[in-house]
Amino acid sequence: MAFHSRIDSSETPKFSDLKRLACDQLIYLLEQLPGRKDLFIEADLMSPLDRIANVSILKQHEVDKLYRLDNKPVISSCNQLCFLIRPHIQAVKWISDIVNSDKITGKCRKYKIIFCPQKFYVCEAVLEEQGVFGDVTCDEWEFYFLPLDDDIISLELPEFFRDYFLDGDQRWVSATAKALHYFHSLFGLPLKVYGIGKCAKITYEMWRQFIEEGEKKLSTDKTGNLFIFDRDVDFVTPLCSQVVYEGLLDDVFRIKCGSVELCSDVTASDKTIKVLLNSQDKVFNEIRNEHFSNVFGFLSQKAKNLQTAYDKRQGMDIKQMKNFVSEELKGLKQEHRLLSLHISASEYIMKRKTKLDFQELLKAEHSLLDGFNVRESISYIEEHIIRQISMIESLRLLCLLSLTENGLVSKDYRSLKSQYLQSYGIEHVLTFANLRQMGLLVEQQPGETFTAMESTVGKLVADKAVGKLTDAFSSLAKKSNFRALSKKLTLIPKSNEEYDLHSPPDMAYIFSGAYIPLSCKLIEQVLERDGWNGLEEVARMLNGNEFAVTAGGGGAGEAKPKPQSSRLMFVIFLGGCTFSEISALRFLGKQKGYKFIIITTAITNSSRLLESLNDGHS
Amino acid sequence: MVFMTANWHPLGDAFYRKTDLYEMGWNIGGLRDCLIAAAPYGGPIALLKGSQRSERSHSVRPVMEMYTSSGVPLASFLWKSGIVVDIGWTVSDYLLCIQEDGTVLIYDILGNYCRHFNMGSELSQNSVTEAKIFHSAYRTGVAILTKAYRFSVVTNIEDQKIWRLPDVPGLQTSGLSCWTVISQDRQTKLVLASGRNIYVLDSDSCTSVTVPGLDPDISSYLHMSASFNYKYLALYTNTGCIWMGTSNLKEKLGEFDCKFHAPPKQMVWCRRPRSQQPSVVLMWDSLLLVAGKSNESIQYNLDDELYLVPELDGVRIIGSKSHEFLHEVPATCEEIFKIASMAPGALLLEAHKEYKKESQKADEYLREIKDQNLLPTAVEQCIEAAGFEYEPETQKMLLRAASFGKSFLSNFSPERFVTMCRELRVLNAVRDYTVGMPLTYVQFRQLTVQVLIDRLVFRRLYPLAIEICKHLKIREFQGVSHVLKHWACFKVQQKEPDEDIAHAINQKLGDTAGISYSEIAAKAYECGRPELAIMLLDFEPQSGEQVPLLLKMKRGQLALNKAIESGDTDLVYTVVMYLKNEMNRRDFFLTLRKHPVALSLYRQFCKHQEQDTLKDLYNQEDDHQELANFYVQESYQEAKVEVRVAELQKAVDEYSKARNEFAAKATEEQIKLLKFQRKLQDETDKPYVDRSLHDTVYSLLLEGSHRHAEQLYKDFKIPDKRYWWLKISALAEKNDWEELEKFSKSKKSPIGYLAFVEVCVKHQNKYEAKKYVSKVTPELKVKAHLLVGEVEQAADIAIERKNENDLNLVLSRCNQSTDRSLVERLNKARSGANKK
Repeated sequence: MAFHSRIDSSETPKFSDLKRLACDQLIYLLEQLPGRKDLFIEADLMSPLDRIANVSILKQHEVDKLYRLDNKPVISSCNQLCFLIRPHIQAVKWISDIVNSDKITGKCRKYKIIFCPQKFYVCEAVLEEQGVFGDVTCDEWEFYFLPLDDDIISLELPEFFRDYFLDGDQRWVSATAKALHYFHSLFGLPLKVYGIGKCAKITYEMWRQFIEEGEKKLSTDKTGNLFIFDRDVDFVTPLCSQVVYEGLLDDVFRIKCGSVELCSDVTASDKTIKVLLNSQDKVFNEIRNEHFSNVFGFLSQKAKNLQTAYDKRQGMDIKQMKNFVSEELKGLKQEHRLLSLHISASEYIMKRKTKLDFQELLKAEHSLLDGFNVRESISYIEEHIIRQISMIESLRLLCLLSLTENGLVSKDYRSLKSQYLQSYGIEHVLTFANLRQMGLLVEQQPGETFTAMESTVGKLVADKAVGKLTDAFSSLAKKSNFRALSKKLTLIPKSNEEYDLHSPPDMAYIFSGAYIPLSCKLIEQVLERDGWNGLEEVARMLNGNEFAVTAGGGGAGEAKPKPQSSRLMFVIFLGGCTFSEISALRFLGKQKGYKFIIITTAITNSSRLLESLNDGHS
Repeated sequence: MVFMTANWHPLGDAFYRKTDLYEMGWNIGGLRDCLIAAAPYGGPIALLKGSQRSERSHSVRPVMEMYTSSGVPLASFLWKSGIVVDIGWTVSDYLLCIQEDGTVLIYDILGNYCRHFNMGSELSQNSVTEAKIFHSAYRTGVAILTKAYRFSVVTNIEDQKIWRLPDVPGLQTSGLSCWTVISQDRQTKLVLASGRNIYVLDSDSCTSVTVPGLDPDISSYLHMSASFNYKYLALYTNTGCIWMGTSNLKEKLGEFDCKFHAPPKQMVWCRRPRSQQPSVVLMWDSLLLVAGKSNESIQYNLDDELYLVPELDGVRIIGSKSHEFLHEVPATCEEIFKIASMAPGALLLEAHKEYKKESQKADEYLREIKDQNLLPTAVEQCIEAAGFEYEPETQKMLLRAASFGKSFLSNFSPERFVTMCRELRVLNAVRDYTVGMPLTYVQFRQLTVQVLIDRLVFRRLYPLAIEICKHLKIREFQGVSHVLKHWACFKVQQKEPDEDIAHAINQKLGDTAGISYSEIAAKAYECGRPELAIMLLDFEPQSGEQVPLLLKMKRGQLALNKAIESGDTDLVYTVVMYLKNEMNRRDFFLTLRKHPVALSLYRQFCKHQEQDTLKDLYNQEDDHQELANFYVQESYQEAKVEVRVAELQKAVDEYSKARNEFAAKATEEQIKLLKFQRKLQDETDKPYVDRSLHDTVYSLLLEGSHRHAEQLYKDFKIPDKRYWWLKISALAEKNDWEELEKFSKSKKSPIGYLAFVEVCVKHQNKYEAKKYVSKVTPELKVKAHLLVGEVEQAADIAIERKNENDLNLVLSRCNQSTDRSLVERLNKARSGANKK
């Protein structure tokens, strides 16, 4: 590889280099197949690819036509076909079909498969079973990271969530560990590594192994700290409705690889507009982390400022005017354009979200979170299902109910489930089976008093054997213990005072002051205590698997860390994180003087999360 | 000092000396009647006794004996194969025995048979009469001559590609007197003499050449010999003349006339690298002669049968009693030790001697060197000369002198001195009688340390090899680890209990970097000790390394465990795929069942590749729940209702077996629904299948098939709430306001009356909506008024009820156009409500 010179990590590392490296490698791989070729891209990879190498770059390297890989015969007349895919069995099968059908019709072409980010043995096994192993050449494009912004890096592996947490398939775990290894070979090792969750532990250990096996000594430079977080430690947070601007945009329009497509009825023009959402967009940068109720105020203020800036023109002499046009006008125009886009987006959101039913939905959610008036919430959910308001939303509420109440009592569980099936069809028994396996929607076991018993046992004897026993119990039940956790960590701010959304006191603002996200609170607590000391019970309630290690071992002592670098925090979400969580961490960073860099397997939200578990046909 | 030059003999511009290497440790009558081969670089000696053709008898089998250069026995065994034409060593110390039938047998240095190959089937009729073994840097080749005067060559015994060389004209008639192989720059050529002609033979041509500067009277050549590096060639003519020249036969270097007409028994080059003068050593029965380019020569009388071994920088002379080394005295040694030499090195040596005698002359000598600014040269000469000396005492003397001189120099790099000391120590160790490798410094540099260590390892001198690695500070994985690995591979072949061996190996190797336990385990397995192999594999830290061997050993289960431990899914897949082909299905599934990680991976594979296997898998596992889910999935991929029902029926059975009554019942209902939908579809020719119960009822209501809707309502025990919602939504969508009103009055609404308001508003009929506002319960009335846009009424009720939430709700709906006073009233009421 061509990264001998380590990228200097003063303060925040430059992640845009990751893009350049990925692009260079792709070009190199494309040039391995000299001459004109058609490129078939798996649907999943299209948006990420677009952020790395756009069409014109591809065309420069003799890519003739671009297609989406699909289960259908190809019409290309090119004699070289290149496929860019994730190592999915399905995709490999499609390619095999293409090759085999060419064989039947006697077409002779060259085929090359580029696996991203790595090839799996099983892909080759499939190629072999389909009898085309000898006809194709394989390569790997080690594109692990897509930097979405200065502080967000995505692995763009949405399937990580289902594959690992539902199917127990660890294939992406080693890929992630590899990615981490690669990342730190570029940006230096972390000083300390914290984590929670089984997958986090496996990932960390694999990564350690990569470091130990690594032949060339990695630089002993240390940058920041690392926190590895399993998504299944906190399902509540991603299932809540997002009310921070960026999160809302994601919920409403679905942000894809850091850009959003605003359809014509939003922009009031006749075409859809693609907007890149990152810190380069000055307007967006100021409102992305704001509670939605503040956004309009801000936007109108901004509009006024803009007007005054324009108004400066009056009374200018020619020279000033010339200056104005050449220097300021362009920036103003740009800002103007963005402002109007965000205003129309907000308007659209307003139209959809400020209706009574959204307010009621939020109210129901909040009462679920603080466990107030549960019966009322249940009937709200029931009505929601009966009226077929939204398939995914209903599921979301059901899961929230189960998570916050530690499972549903049998009667409710059954009746709500059968209501749901009546509304959306029998196939959702599969979806429910998935949700149950994940512990997202479960039935309380009859006579479940074992939370209390368990905690007394845990308190009385600190014996390991008992600890193991309770571990076994808790993993069996996969309980969420949300109520106890929320008390322990004071996740629900006191409700008797008015919550100030303009200058919020804590991270709860991202949920209108109703709830501090568990995931972010945990990170805050662990950082504050520099480990899990005093959080033992919390960790136990989260099914354990917490760890905190001073990394580097051998290299300790050398290379004194720069004082800032210990304020640099890399947070890795295995299974995805939401924009709200990112906003919360940014807030925490500002409050406590940390600089958070979020690395996630994918950006997720409640819909994506539940859709990935949905096995009913929709 | 006096004695240093005692054994020096001048020849041309240089001196030659013969030094003793060893008293031979072997006890053999003599070298007569033996086939003998000694490997270069102080390698081993092989003797095949009683094989000379004249004495061959079928009753007595010849004996193959192997010795070190010092005559210490390495191996000995009876020769049971065919008649041996010649023997010789490869560059890596393997013995090649070339038989008359063209078979080449290969033995290792300890007499173990390794393998064999044949020089070609054609040879079965044409037996081999002569063979020559030749070397180049990394390979060894064999050339043979058959009775029919045909040559075949294998240039590298590792790849065994046989070249048949073209026929040489006239050989049949005039005969072949002598030949040799020239192997240079990847090219192999043969030079052969037939009568007065010299031919050069390569893979596709045969050319006759004239030798420059040779007496035209010569009628035949009796002997020829190529130098160690094949650059030079010597020819011995019937007139007793020795021609020396380059091996391409284009340039003559010298000529010597010894006047003997009998051909020598051996003729070899004796020439050190970069020496200016050619010299050849010839041996007759009782005379050894060193011939130079002038007419001078050195002659030694012999009283023993000898064997000459050409080396890079001289000739070793092996006899039954002693082992000697004959070479040209290196220039540095000559300068230092030559009598009355004034070379700086000589002066320094002298100075040091005087210094030891505490004589002031030391200062004079030193001054003399220093005045000429030659002290660094002097030190370097001494260091260099030490390397050329064989006696440790002489080496010490020279090195001490060098050290003495060095102390007067401020910026002389000590590296050369230190390296020389270290390397000499190693050389002296391997020259030891018990090891018996008389390597010279020049040979050692050419051979490299790595090869030396390998050779020691081959001889199983592990401790010495390790000490050398440590002494020379060789990087672990090329040095100590490498030796230990070989040791371990040897250890696993010992007849000791598995546990002991495994323990001993682990004890020694520990976690030494660069050791691959899996390689050792592979060796153990090769030796038929699978149990030991598994024990060894346990020490292997990288699971990835364990798995392939375990699979090779057919320990699939264990391999699976290890693969899972490693967390590498690729590895797990490798094993799973292997097991799938190796085992019968039942056992395969049973195995998977014990390993959830592997099972889940295999399921992923089956989902895409083998749906049916998946079903079998669940069946085998008695996983009724999953099996049921599988059938459900199957069912909705099916287009035909009948098949679908059948699949679902299977699902029902499985769900019941899994004691999932809920799902069983739900599935049963689905079957019922499907049947109903099918019937409806047949009756009305409209699509109902694929819709949920809710959607079915809704579309029935929209179509006005109230009878069917009612039936479903009853059959499926649809809760009243749902039915009411369905009904009023459908009626509102149809704009059937009359029916809606009628329905609202049919009985008390289980969903309240706000719902009526909502559906009306949804379909933009505020007029109808208002009809229901009055029926709405007081708590929801504010909302109802707001829905129909009656802000004032809403405000009135809110104020009246003094409910803060309601007040806020109304306030949030107020805007600029709202009456000022109303807002004020609301605010006032809110502050009143707040106070409470």
